[in-house]
Amino acid sequence: MTATYSRQDFQSEQEVRWCPGCGDYTILASVQTFMADAGIAKEDIVFVSGIGCAARFPYYMETYGVHSIHGRAPAVATGIAAARPELSVWVVTGDGDALSIGGNHLIHALRRNMNVKILLFNNQIYGLTKGQYSPTSEPGKRTKSSPMGSIDYPFNPVSLALGAEASFVARTIDMDRNHTIEMLTAAYQHPGSALIEIYQNCNVFNDKAFIELTAKESRDENQIRLVDGEKIVFDNGTKGVAIEEGRAFVIDVEKFGMDVVHTHEAGLDNPATAFALSRLSHGPHGPTPIGIFRDVEREVYEQELDAQISSATEAKGPGDLAAILRSNSTWTVD
Amino acid sequence: MATTQDPAPPATERELRQRVVIRFAGDSGDGMQLAGARFTDASAAFGNDLATLPDFPAEIRAPAGTLPGVSAFQIHIAGSDILTPGDEPDVLVAMNPAALKKNLGDLKPGGVIILNTDSFEERNLAKAGYDTNPIEDGTLDGFNVLTAPMDELTKEAVKDSGVTGRAVLRSKNFFALGALAWMFDRPSDTTLDWLADKFASQPEVVAANTAAFKAGYNFGITTEAFAHTTFEVPKADLPVGEYTNVVGNQTIAWGLIAGAQAAHLPLFYASYPITPASDILHELARHKNFGVRTFQAEDEIASVGIALGAAFAGHLAVTGTSGPGLALKSETMSLALMAELPMVIVDVQRGGPSTGLPTKTEQSDLMMAIYGRHGEAPLPVIAAASPGDAFETAIEACRIAVKYMTPVILLSDGYIGTSSEPWLLPDTSALPSFPAAFATEINHDDGFMPYLRDPESLSRPWAVPGTAGLEHRVGGLEKDQLTGNVSYEPANHEKMTLLREQKTQAVANDIPDIEVGEDSDAELLVVGWGSTYSAIKAGVLNSRTTGHKVAHIHLRHLNPFPPNLADVLAGYNKVLVPELNRGQLSRLLRAEFLVPTTSFSKMQGQPFMAGEIEAKIIETLGA
Ligand code: SF4
Repeated sequence: MTATYSRQDFQSEQEVRWCPGCGDYTILASVQTFMADAGIAKEDIVFVSGIGCAARFPYYMETYGVHSIHGRAPAVATGIAAARPELSVWVVTGDGDALSIGGNHLIHALRRNMNVKILLFNNQIYGLTKGQYSPTSEPGKRTKSSPMGSIDYPFNPVSLALGAEASFVARTIDMDRNHTIEMLTAAYQHPGSALIEIYQNCNVFNDKAFIELTAKESRDENQIRLVDGEKIVFDNGTKGVAIEEGRAFVIDVEKFGMDVVHTHEAGLDNPATAFALSRLSHGPHGPTPIGIFRDVEREVYEQELDAQISSATEAKGPGDLAAILRSNSTWTVD
Repeated sequence: MATTQDPAPPATERELRQRVVIRFAGDSGDGMQLAGARFTDASAAFGNDLATLPDFPAEIRAPAGTLPGVSAFQIHIAGSDILTPGDEPDVLVAMNPAALKKNLGDLKPGGVIILNTDSFEERNLAKAGYDTNPIEDGTLDGFNVLTAPMDELTKEAVKDSGVTGRAVLRSKNFFALGALAWMFDRPSDTTLDWLADKFASQPEVVAANTAAFKAGYNFGITTEAFAHTTFEVPKADLPVGEYTNVVGNQTIAWGLIAGAQAAHLPLFYASYPITPASDILHELARHKNFGVRTFQAEDEIASVGIALGAAFAGHLAVTGTSGPGLALKSETMSLALMAELPMVIVDVQRGGPSTGLPTKTEQSDLMMAIYGRHGEAPLPVIAAASPGDAFETAIEACRIAVKYMTPVILLSDGYIGTSSEPWLLPDTSALPSFPAAFATEINHDDGFMPYLRDPESLSRPWAVPGTAGLEHRVGGLEKDQLTGNVSYEPANHEKMTLLREQKTQAVANDIPDIEVGEDSDAELLVVGWGSTYSAIKAGVLNSRTTGHKVAHIHLRHLNPFPPNLADVLAGYNKVLVPELNRGQLSRLLRAEFLVPTTSFSKMQGQPFMAGEIEAKIIETLGA
């Protein structure tokens, strides 16, 4: 069903309560704008979250929503999608929620290719619990729980998702609303699971974590925009990305020429190139790709499940309870 | 189908026994569970009443020939109605020395032992820990020992079947089964027809097993010792109707299908493999043509989360597990009761704590089911009493979940889950009906109020995604009692805490009163729950026949209790509570009703024996 909406139609009555200046506000606005444009019937949309600052998101969306348990949103969303494949199911999660306590559910939702769109707000910190290092915090990060610096090696969420057999993986930045909406649209159009890592600024506990990618003076040299079918160049065309022997690296275009610059193909069946691109930076420092790393078609779990139900019904006829009660041998006492 | 050629001797030459308990024991690879199941079907076809108990080894691949590798199956057959698989076996089939060693101690004095002499050689004797051969050293004095070289006779019997090599000895169990069929005058057709059907695509297997079965039968006729050990167990006088033999994991699966039909909802079963609950998943996975969605999740937590999602989406959501899994699901059960979504959580209890005794039965999750969640988190808990009763209990769990918009815990256990009993098939057209009513309209002047309650059941409306105009959010944060919006208001939290409690209590309004079947002059009331039903019933009946004044009630509803339970308990001076735990129901009754209960506890991974209950009744009455 398609419907005509404005952004306001997706704003719930609940007062939005993130810290002033939090990147979550921008993402909320982008999602609401996207929803109004996408025209999915409001009643067919379900937002599911776990616990964390980002997890309040469903309360602010005038759609169906479940604010569930820390880490478990992909599981709850899986249940909704498997029960009702016609719904549009979205997960809003954070780096602690998705990658620490909920890592198991995230990878399995991705590998099964549930038709669930996962928005991972990565702010590289625990915000709700007031500032502990997270599984994406950089090594050496000093927080309340790591006063001498974190000795945890961080995840690269895009690499992780690719390793978990994700069929769609993208990255965007909270402040870049147009790019965010572009990624949301692509994820929505992709059949099956989609993971979008969204660099989200927590201005209270981890301010300016992404500043290299967002500040006017540095963003050109650090943002690598992946565009399907196009050569990967950045910094006003002066730099490019080449891939050799499974490794991606930055080259000087003037020096080496455009021929060696890699042409991005998100639809490659083999995730190796996407993985190589995801390793260009480990965290938002130095030249970092944003955009769609991978977008391939694969069987969608709930469609397969429905197909099994249909074929079982076709083969055996609709279920007859009286008959299954007699599926072991029976005898009659007269 | 061919039957065994030689006629059975007339009944007059057979020793009449009202009841016989037979235990098949052998190595895990000897096919004892299969032999037991076939003997069960033949006994049902013959017309006996019966009860069975499988006893699997805990290890999947314990070394062959060792004590931990012994697998056993016990069946109690009788001419009048019986309740338990029997206390001590009258007949023991031991396929190897380990099976003999492990089970001999349980056998009745003077009981019959049937041995496969081929396996009583040095290596197997050593593996079982016998220094000398028990057949020859006097160990078996006082028993009626019947021996057969089953390996040799089976090899000889199957030589023309087309089965070769190691597979030949797989038919050994059918040799033993044939000998027992002779001994107890079981119909051969039931077994032979089953073989032909089951292995239709492997004619050589049908031929080998059929030949082994007939060889065993004929060995019985022609071997003097066997020929003189024959029994007649008369047909039972059972209520008329159509029967089938069921195990509890199967009836729970069927009951959930029936419950979903009664609620007019699609069934969604999410689970993670765990012993002894996995068979519920297996059974439901076979019935996709009922629209049943089964989902094997990545872990226990995921499976209950997936069920919660399915519930929110409007399905009859069920998750199943055993003890350790119930612990893992606890947080999500709290969310389900906070969000007030219907869900059934099946716990097939096993020996705990921790990994405990995965293949053995216990009733030690009762307290966890009732109290095992953080916060004030009451939810309804019900328990099945037998494999047959599990069908109705599963339907009842679905009814409560849907009517009261609440998670419900359905307790079964390893004994109910894996043991079998004959079950009078219910009339499927007369099953309960409780169609779920989804909210479709705005229910309040100020818009849709997801927490506006039904005044009687106190349940909230179930508005499912796809319903325009009723978009709302649920979650784990405390809710405003009307709007469902997040609320930290102190008085609201207290009100909501009480409402959740009152809603659980409201379930008591439509559960039946407890009825005490026996005479009202009883001095002692035995209160049970769950799988102890049959042993308690038998123990109580036996003690009543010897003049003891004792009554029995068995609770299906454990939270809330039936409304008249306080009155019933007040009518007796003494209350005995037998449980396969350290007295969990007993404590609940003391706490709730201030009655001085006596707990009778057993923690051996095995069900109660009727004799144990009877002895305890007599002891308690005398105290
Ligand atoms: S703590 Fe950080 S992430 Fe959380 S709301 Fe405040 S700014 Fe946003």
